[in-house]
Amino acid sequence: MEILLAIMTGVLYAGGIYFILRRSLVKLIIGIVLLGNGVNLLIFLMGGLVKGKPPIIPEESHHLEGLYADPVPQALILTAIVISFGLQSFAIVLIKRAYKVVKTDDIDAMNKTDDIE
Amino acid sequence: MSEHLIILPIIVQAIIAVTLLFFWRKPKTQRVLSIVGSSIAVIIASMLFGTVWNQGTQVLQLGNWEAPFGISLVGDTLAAALVLLTSIVALVISIYSNTNMVSARVKFGYYAIFHFLIMGLSGAFLTGDIFNLYVWFEVIIISSFVLLTIGGRKIQIEGAVKYFTLNMLSSIVFLTGIAMLYGVTGSLNMAELSQIIPTIENKGIVQTISLVFMIGFGVKAGLFPLYLWLPASYHTPPAAVSALFGGLLTKVGVYALIRVFTLIFPLQGLNQDILMIIAGFTVFFGGIGALVQKDVIRVFSYLIICHIGFMIGGLSLFTEIALVGAVFYMFHDIIVKATLFMIGGVFFRMFGNTKLYNMGGLMNDYPRLSLLFAIPLFALVGIPPLSGFWPKLSLFGASYQMNSIFMLVVFIFASLITLIIIAKVWNNVFAKNARKTEKLEKLKYYDQFDLREKSAMIIPILMLVCVILYYSIFAEHIQLVAERIGNELMNSDQYVEAVFNLKDEAK
Amino acid sequence: MKSIILTTVSKTLLPLLLLFSVFVLLRGHYLPGGGFIAGLIASIAFILHSFANGLKKTRHLLRIHPGFLIPVGLALAIGSAIAPMIFQDLPVMTGLWYHNEIPVIGKIGSALFFDSGVYLVVIGVSLTIIFTISEKA
Repeated sequence: MEILLAIMTGVLYAGGIYFILRRSLVKLIIGIVLLGNGVNLLIFLMGGLVKGKPPIIPEESHHLEGLYADPVPQALILTAIVISFGLQSFAIVLIKRAYKVVKTDDIDAMNKTDDIE
Repeated sequence: MSEHLIILPIIVQAIIAVTLLFFWRKPKTQRVLSIVGSSIAVIIASMLFGTVWNQGTQVLQLGNWEAPFGISLVGDTLAAALVLLTSIVALVISIYSNTNMVSARVKFGYYAIFHFLIMGLSGAFLTGDIFNLYVWFEVIIISSFVLLTIGGRKIQIEGAVKYFTLNMLSSIVFLTGIAMLYGVTGSLNMAELSQIIPTIENKGIVQTISLVFMIGFGVKAGLFPLYLWLPASYHTPPAAVSALFGGLLTKVGVYALIRVFTLIFPLQGLNQDILMIIAGFTVFFGGIGALVQKDVIRVFSYLIICHIGFMIGGLSLFTEIALVGAVFYMFHDIIVKATLFMIGGVFFRMFGNTKLYNMGGLMNDYPRLSLLFAIPLFALVGIPPLSGFWPKLSLFGASYQMNSIFMLVVFIFASLITLIIIAKVWNNVFAKNARKTEKLEKLKYYDQFDLREKSAMIIPILMLVCVILYYSIFAEHIQLVAERIGNELMNSDQYVEAVFNLKDEAK
Repeated sequence: MKSIILTTVSKTLLPLLLLFSVFVLLRGHYLPGGGFIAGLIASIAFILHSFANGLKKTRHLLRIHPGFLIPVGLALAIGSAIAPMIFQDLPVMTGLWYHNEIPVIGKIGSALFFDSGVYLVVIGVSLTIIFTISEKA
């Protein structure tokens, strides 16, 4: 399972970077979304995979015993998902706006900000 | 009560921002509220700084969870001083926005987002948890995106696309670093991390993680070769926003670099060399970039990059004196860069554009204002006794002590090229005769302003110039603060003790 | 794009989804509450309604501008975060709990108010964004 997830993370990273390097604004956003998901998966993987052992303390005991799933990575991923939800929705509004104002989807055409004149 | 003081700078900004959201459609109320709120925030931040100065590092465990399990807020001298400076700059810019921000933009929630940004900055300085640092970074970038695009002019949107992409990527890299760090150490608390990292046997993985962090923060700080978003976007928004960005945003990246590379991964070996070379290139390309630009605001944007080199160079030397110099330089740079961008806004109102070849004759037309504007410009060059001079003393001394001729050359080059650039700006804007340009009909020029509008533009600049003069004349005060910070950064034990011993002290 | 099936179904689904979102707000996936996911479900309810009946009708249904929910939710969340500091001199965000159980809802604590704040903010933000995007250029 770990190997599968590791490969999946790699694929998401590679796909994300490939899309970011394309010239279209929409693909840029898709690339960022893919990279964000790749990172979330990486956090999940780095926390270590434990199957079917939720970190819930049994009623008769006061602490966790044996192997249990680490809840921290899941909290981190949840936070990261919420944040990327906000950022990505902003990004989508931004590219819509950019398409309306600049009238192109081509990133290479957006070079007004770097003119020396 | 003093325990709670540390979170108040964050809470106050949050409360101001939410209150402002309720007055969405009333620009005048918003302006007053923002200034009043920012003044309260300055008072709270100075109380926090006073407490930290007198009683040492302050710690608050959020949610009453003990140190490595919950999120700790840690206010050491560096964090408290930066929060104080942030709140001062915020107050000044909220006054400056009175004239600079038209009501249409205020109705899009400019002031509320502005205070969310300040909240993010204060949080990033105060947090003692690496994932919480990421969250504050995201608060900062999402509010800065909105500030950057408010108004929606074509050039703003183009700048925002670049700013957005690179900052988003840097967050992803940062988060990757956190994931790897958590996988290796199983902790996110910076104090605990500084204890665990030296015990890890696989030095290679630690090195890799530290470099991932360096890339992530390097984008934020505007290091070579990751700075290209900065000059592409900083000249697009209104001057008040540029001043805020130029003064504070890149400094968060520098702060994060200083914190991570003193506390978690103390600099050594390869990392130190890499950082040194990067500092050299940052200075070189920032300086050369500023030299060829023909627009004052862009010259200032490139100067930000050039001067980031001073701070990173100071960090890369990694001696106490060098850190003192770097921190002092950061304090000086925050104030001076904010002033410069505000001056840029005044230039725009005077000439109708900010192209160097169109401007001129300021010394004849406004002699007293020219004197006022001269002070931050000369302070940037570091003419003694103005504030830029004192940190350079420490930096030059440290590189000489370390026998690092490379850094010495870099610092001297940076000072010289700044001198050349400022001389060029001075010649073009203040000395030579103005070229006749057509007056723009829509724009309200500076000489058409009434007294209230004029004072809303000049008083903030005057306030920051007073801060610069304070730095210059009472440099020993700032030096004292910086020395204490340098000492604290080099001896991270007190930071760790403060985070973990809170419970014992309280009992 | 008017589909009679979607229009009919959305009328039934809207209250159901809203009820479900309140359930998730109180119970979460397992237990103590999930403001974020509940907010998403509630906004999906409204978005579905706007797909089926058009933006105008959904706006009319909502009465208030969704943007207004953002400051209300934030105020609620911040209030519940600083309540322990003001009332009990405990660090910010410490959970305060009311001892007696209330039927149906169960134990009430400051976390519930924080979650409700998040719930309102998420509805406000996502509806504002979706309405902005789907308005005709």
